[in-house]
Amino acid sequence: MNETADDVLDPLAIAERWMDDGRMVALATVVETWGSAPRPVGSHLVIDGEGNFHGSVSGGCVEGAVISEAMDVISDGEPRMLEFGVADETAWRVGLSCGGRIRVYVERVG
Amino acid sequence: MDPYLLRKLNRERAARRAVIHLTDLGDGRDRVICEGDPVAGPLGEAVAAAFRSGKSGIAEADGRTFFLNVHLPPARIVVIGAVHISQALAQMAKIAGFDIAVIDPRTAFATEERFAGIDLVADWPEDVLKGRPLDAYTALVAVTHDPKIDDVPLSQALSADCFYIGALGSRKTHARRVERLTALGHTEAEIGRISAPIGLDIGAASPAEIAVAILGDIIQHLRRRALRGTAA
Repeated sequence: MNETADDVLDPLAIAERWMDDGRMVALATVVETWGSAPRPVGSHLVIDGEGNFHGSVSGGCVEGAVISEAMDVISDGEPRMLEFGVADETAWRVGLSCGGRIRVYVERVG
Repeated sequence: MDPYLLRKLNRERAARRAVIHLTDLGDGRDRVICEGDPVAGPLGEAVAAAFRSGKSGIAEADGRTFFLNVHLPPARIVVIGAVHISQALAQMAKIAGFDIAVIDPRTAFATEERFAGIDLVADWPEDVLKGRPLDAYTALVAVTHDPKIDDVPLSQALSADCFYIGALGSRKTHARRVERLTALGHTEAEIGRISAPIGLDIGAASPAEIAVAILGDIIQHLRRRALRGTAA
């Protein structure tokens, strides 16, 4: 089978490669959505200890916040559940302009 | 997530096997479940439903909250016959996001020039399919209407429970094909799964239009498929 762009950009494959390179890795996953959410349940964002990332959990609206939480997850190893949406107080800063709500689970790999 | 689980998950996905990454959202413990692995109780029912629907989501079972991330293999199309229809179908399938391969032992048909940029194999289907077997997430399109070339992959597609099986040919050609497949041991119900005449009934006339009809038929089978029982 030909390697497609999807293989190259696949967050789970990237997570494994980063892990093999000895990098600290966190994985963020959309576990629940309400309303019009930009990325479906199951979508991944992979983050390393330096803040490099691949994939997406929204259309770019909340990735910044997820990445900064992922830094904490990488350092203490405790998984976290994050919620973003217009009802949230932080919506005006990091929210979904589409009006949807999402829950994102962030865990450390290893 | 355990590094071992991540490797297992990626290995199963690369091998085109359906797999679920299950996480207990209460304590963060997780595991990887392959299709067919026994899972008891209400969680087992949620796992089976997730494999059937392909939909990831939250499930409550035994007073705990789980997240099931379902990874089904991406749909692909295998075309038997490097004919005019296949040239159009290969281009359209790529645009629609399908992984597509074209197989034809007739080197006059299977030329790089006719199929530039397409995964093309100029060899007998039975030999090629040994290295890349058909599965439930593959559509098989047989368009040579030469029994020597089409019959083996059609038979294998029936055994592998491909989500779409289409065969080109007139009603007379297909009637003879049904006889041959019956002689190979396939039941009437199995053979009835073959789309013949191939493609949606849109009055397609040119090779490109027939390719549209076939691709539409494939998409309909993929998106409206009845929920599977436990796939083999």
